[in-house]
Amino acid sequence: MSVKEISPRLQSSGVKARPAWMKKWFNQEVLIAFLFILPSLFGMLTFVIWPTLKGFSLSFTSATLTRAGEFIGLENYQKLLTDNQFRQSVLITARYVLLNIPLQTVIALGMAVLISRLTNSTIIRGIIFLPYLFPMLMVTIIWMSILDYLTGPINGVLKLLLGPSAMIGFLNVQHVIASLAWINTWRHAGYNTLLFFAGLQGIPKEFYESAALDGASEWQLFRSITLPLLRPVMVFVLVTSVIGSFQVFDSAMVIGSPPGGPGGATRVIYWYITSLAFNQFKMGYATAVAAALFAFSMLIAWLQLRWFKADVSDLA
Amino acid sequence: MATTASITPLSKTQPVYPRRRKINWGRILAWAVLILWLLITIVPLWWIVRMAFSTLKDLLANPASLLPVNFTLDAFKRVLGLASVNEIVAQGGFPQKLNFLLYFRNTFIVTTVVVFVGLVFNSMAAYAFARLKFPGKNWLFWLYIVALIMPTILNLIPNFILIHELGLLNTLAGIIAPGFFGNAFGVFFLRQFFLSINKEVEEAAKMDGAGILRVFVSIVVPMALPSLMTMSILSYVNAWNEFQWAYFAGGQGAKEATTVMTVALAHFRAQQQSGTPDFPGMMAGTLISAIPMVVAFMFLGRKAIDSIKFSGYR
Repeated sequence: MSVKEISPRLQSSGVKARPAWMKKWFNQEVLIAFLFILPSLFGMLTFVIWPTLKGFSLSFTSATLTRAGEFIGLENYQKLLTDNQFRQSVLITARYVLLNIPLQTVIALGMAVLISRLTNSTIIRGIIFLPYLFPMLMVTIIWMSILDYLTGPINGVLKLLLGPSAMIGFLNVQHVIASLAWINTWRHAGYNTLLFFAGLQGIPKEFYESAALDGASEWQLFRSITLPLLRPVMVFVLVTSVIGSFQVFDSAMVIGSPPGGPGGATRVIYWYITSLAFNQFKMGYATAVAAALFAFSMLIAWLQLRWFKADVSDLA
Repeated sequence: MATTASITPLSKTQPVYPRRRKINWGRILAWAVLILWLLITIVPLWWIVRMAFSTLKDLLANPASLLPVNFTLDAFKRVLGLASVNEIVAQGGFPQKLNFLLYFRNTFIVTTVVVFVGLVFNSMAAYAFARLKFPGKNWLFWLYIVALIMPTILNLIPNFILIHELGLLNTLAGIIAPGFFGNAFGVFFLRQFFLSINKEVEEAAKMDGAGILRVFVSIVVPMALPSLMTMSILSYVNAWNEFQWAYFAGGQGAKEATTVMTVALAHFRAQQQSGTPDFPGMMAGTLISAIPMVVAFMFLGRKAIDSIKFSGYR
């Protein structure tokens, strides 16, 4: 913009003689723009774009931490197909995602609708958001103490009311994945509530008013106005939380000791990747597992975007 | 459920009002559900406090007590490294010296550098994308969009190898490096913001002969200050809570000098393989590390809450 505005002055001082391509490439604005972008671009290429590309190429090698390894084609991927530990980790992770996503999304959506209908209080929204301020790791430890068999209040109450036989081993092999899903829901539902809430604020009130005049019930209002108009937010929340859930790691690291416990019940995909890479130093094979998860995440995102037709809004 | 039961009978007394109002049962039920969720949110947070000020032995004896059992600061002394190993064992803790002041310092250094240096680089790049003209601009911005939506699953291992090759493994610099130059989200978010502010002030300054640098530093940045503040608090929370990279780049908790608080807690937990873990100790550590974030958040209040909006598209 500015170049054009001051150009009449510059033209009179002979700049006109320079060819157009030089004017496009060499002027103060371009120079400053590149200086402004340089650090950010350097960081992004070095620590985001390049590692991803290198990750793909590593996955075709037998690299370790100190040895570059040699190109072995699809061998890592073939190994993946018959790797029992990998299959196990996929099943564990899938179970976690299937429990976590519906729970988290339904609670977040429900709370957002309730808040938007009942109150405008920032304090209530603040309280709902509060768990997000604590790291996943600490949230897991907090809930470990609440769900604990001996010291936890839930089992304390169960024992008091119904006797010792009613106590539940929330953290044992059988229930630990469900507990992890609940713990994650507790931390993230509030954040998603605020996203849904912001989306709800964008729906014009007249829609509800006119539908209510026609005698629509609360449920009909929700089904035919709220849900369809909330679709873009819904897609965003679902895509990000599904991809995030498949990468569950922090909570699985602390819920059992040693990490991945009890009895290997929380050996999720990401646990497997890091244990291959940083304990066994099989960098090539570990990146092959990561690349499989990467491809799978992209596929899930694409399917969700198609399913919900995210690019089409009903608000028009 | 308990809340529903305790609130609904109250509303039966409503006809006390002079004019008879129809009782809106739906509304009462809605409030009950909301309050129930608020309780589920708050009670665990109280539980941290309650456990941090108790001893493990007393907790085992009174699992359902709502207040700290035999109020004590032992757990805090333990995690701050003020108790001797003998005292720790006597208190039923895990016999390992912890030093949360050191971990706090490490977290503080890493987080502050990442957030503030990152913010400077992010806002510079964002301004260039929002206002300046240069060849290849759209193409470069697409690269940022790709970086933004691409899963980062593959980055961990190559970044680890890179840091290893640079000799930065198990140093704070190695933990800082990937975040040092900012991130695609920050650039994207700030670019949106710069696009939304009025151009006229900038143009007027340019007419008066101010250079691009001058316009950026003394006009755009001051105008953007509230947004930059909100954004830096939110990224402060994220960086403060970061675990995975700090864990692997900082020596998996075995190297005290590069252990941040989240890693220290995970390591502390991993050491306790049998019996009931030292919950009071872990809760004391959690409190020490979480309080700055909660305070920062309360300080920002409404602004931070309102800033969490759906910004996925456009």
